[in-house]
Amino acid sequence: MTGLLEAKGVVSVRGERTLFDGLNLRVEPGELWQVQGPNGAGKSSLLRIVAGLLPPQAGEVRFRGELIQSARSTFHRDLLFIGHKAAIKPELTAIENLEFYAAIQGQPLTEPPYELLERVGLVGLEDIPAQQLSAGQQRRIALARLWLSSAALWILDEPFTSLDVSGIAMLHERFTWQLERGGAILLTSHQALDSIPVQVNMLTLEYQH
Amino acid sequence: MSSQVTIQTQVRALIRRDFRVAMRQRSDLLNPILFLLVVVTLFPLGVGPEPATLARIAPGVIWVSALLSALLGLERLFRDDFSDGALEQMLLMPMAVEWAVLAKIIVHWVLTAVPLLILAPLLALLLNLPSSAWGALWVSLLLGTPVLSSVGAIGVALTVSLNKGGALLSLLLLPLLIPLLIFATAAVETAANGLSPAGPLALMAAITVLALVLSPYAVHAALRVSVN
Repeated sequence: MTGLLEAKGVVSVRGERTLFDGLNLRVEPGELWQVQGPNGAGKSSLLRIVAGLLPPQAGEVRFRGELIQSARSTFHRDLLFIGHKAAIKPELTAIENLEFYAAIQGQPLTEPPYELLERVGLVGLEDIPAQQLSAGQQRRIALARLWLSSAALWILDEPFTSLDVSGIAMLHERFTWQLERGGAILLTSHQALDSIPVQVNMLTLEYQH
Repeated sequence: MSSQVTIQTQVRALIRRDFRVAMRQRSDLLNPILFLLVVVTLFPLGVGPEPATLARIAPGVIWVSALLSALLGLERLFRDDFSDGALEQMLLMPMAVEWAVLAKIIVHWVLTAVPLLILAPLLALLLNLPSSAWGALWVSLLLGTPVLSSVGAIGVALTVSLNKGGALLSLLLLPLLIPLLIFATAAVETAANGLSPAGPLALMAAITVLALVLSPYAVHAALRVSVN
């Protein structure tokens, strides 16, 4: 049996320091995984390795049983990655940013997504370039991609950064939706995810000296 | 469950977004072309308005200023994408990254080279280039500018993660672009002397094809290193 995402014996070395050595991870459909650890423990590096952005020094990552390098296109079609850089173009409005992300996954927006903007709390701000919005509002534009996505795997690096209480609640709700339909989530966060009605799998990275 | 999405759709979306972003930063687009115009108009003031002298130096002046103005605006290719994270998302698009790179190169070419091609006759007129060489100048710019964009993209991809990559970028790229400068000015000069510029232009065409075909692979490899 193969999991949705499986990492075997992954080694990551940044500069002179080994972040983790021989790390194993197996994410099944419907599972939520939270990566924890102190700053500099390699949480973001792990996420970038399993997303295929960073090659590991050793080990392999498989998606549905296939190496992510050889099944790159199918893997990326079924992956939504939001890093700590939000990838929102500051010159464009919320709608224009979302139009791009909807189009590249082959589900172009046929009309302006007002309902979605309302849900993520951006109503009335749709015509303003993102650079004039606050950090939390820009984060909300990036996270609105979760409502456009049908990807099986979400990899999110610190999704709660600069969000307010209502933003966090809204995100928890969407996580529940993804898990209930059989999608998986792998995220880093320092927050407890206790309002999500599923078991949270923990992966703790230690700071290696 | 996710729908199949074609390469064309993704390329089109990327091109559309990049044009939109560029249209909101018009002053950035105007800078290189203004620089070019200023340099070309300063030459007659510097070397004297003797028509024969100007006609002799015209091919070199136009091409050197086109080269330098291209370097001026080149960083736009990936700099912003790198700092806001759009570059990571580009590497995660389902299509081969080379297509995305080609889309970026096309957008850059349209934004920088098309104004230059429109202005070229004016530049030729300002420097008293013989009318027999106008065609050769235009064709040399048409063939040469895609090389500036695509070879330039390799340099930008390599230096984008460095804080002060600007000086390094010029040092990296100028040696690579010197053959282009030599063939281009040779083509315009032979045409100005009433001979056929076909030889150097054919060589330029070969360089253009080679650069357009190979540079996306090199840019992809360089970007992988830069986002780490």
